[in-house]
Amino acid sequence: MSLSNIFAISGSAMSAQTVRLNTVASNIANADSVASSVDQTYRARKPVFEQMMTDAMRDRGWNASDDITAGESGMGVNVAGIVESDAPLQPRYEPHNPMANEEGYVFYPNVNPVEEMADMMSASRSFQTNVEIMNSAKTMMQRMLTLGQS
Amino acid sequence: MSITFNDAFKGHDQMLMFRSQRASVLANNIANADTPNYKARDITFDSVLEAERNRLTLAGSDDQHIHAHSTGSINDGVLYRTPSQPSLDGNTVDMQREQAEFAQNSLQFDTSFMFLDRKISGMKKALTGGQ
Repeated sequence: MSLSNIFAISGSAMSAQTVRLNTVASNIANADSVASSVDQTYRARKPVFEQMMTDAMRDRGWNASDDITAGESGMGVNVAGIVESDAPLQPRYEPHNPMANEEGYVFYPNVNPVEEMADMMSASRSFQTNVEIMNSAKTMMQRMLTLGQS
Repeated sequence: MSITFNDAFKGHDQMLMFRSQRASVLANNIANADTPNYKARDITFDSVLEAERNRLTLAGSDDQHIHAHSTGSINDGVLYRTPSQPSLDGNTVDMQREQAEFAQNSLQFDTSFMFLDRKISGMKKALTGGQ
């Protein structure tokens, strides 16, 4: 039954958006975490989404005659991984900072707070949309259960 | 005249199946709204009909020959949507359009459900003689 597919699809999208919100929270929290070398500095993290593999369905031997969308409609979204941003770090001359290196420099993360806020709004809106989709699927299923009762 | 469910439902049950499958395709589009290189998909009544028509069938010259058709077709009626505003990351999901289609699909689902429900209550009335 493809209505119950919707719960899996929207659920996967909601968990993916939660991962995205998590990375945003981590980036904003660490926006001012300084370090004394390039290697130790926090870098902005970004999740990479991919659509869930339909091949997995095909390997299971789906039968196109009873469910036309089993192979093609997809199964939702998956977080392929979290990558760290390659943007240049910001070295600043702060000789009085306890983290300063021999030359008096500290390194600030490459987190862009404006970009992170926009990302946060996008993630929470997408999350809301998927909640709505799940709600309408629930209503449709509940109506199906009352079939023939009137 | 024999009463069968196939005749009585007049395809409204099939329509309900189609609507729930379309809801799942549209939900998948919305779920993948932020996935790079995802291409939005949709099924229409015509595309499903066309996919059913294109199935291969066994040739038969006699009634007693086995009638059978292939179980799978190439695309199962799922087609890619023409992008109206393609974005830089290769994603073609237009959120507003998907939401509108989903809402419309839910209403059409309710309509088919109502028809089916009326058919069943009509049959019940015929069976009980309106008691």
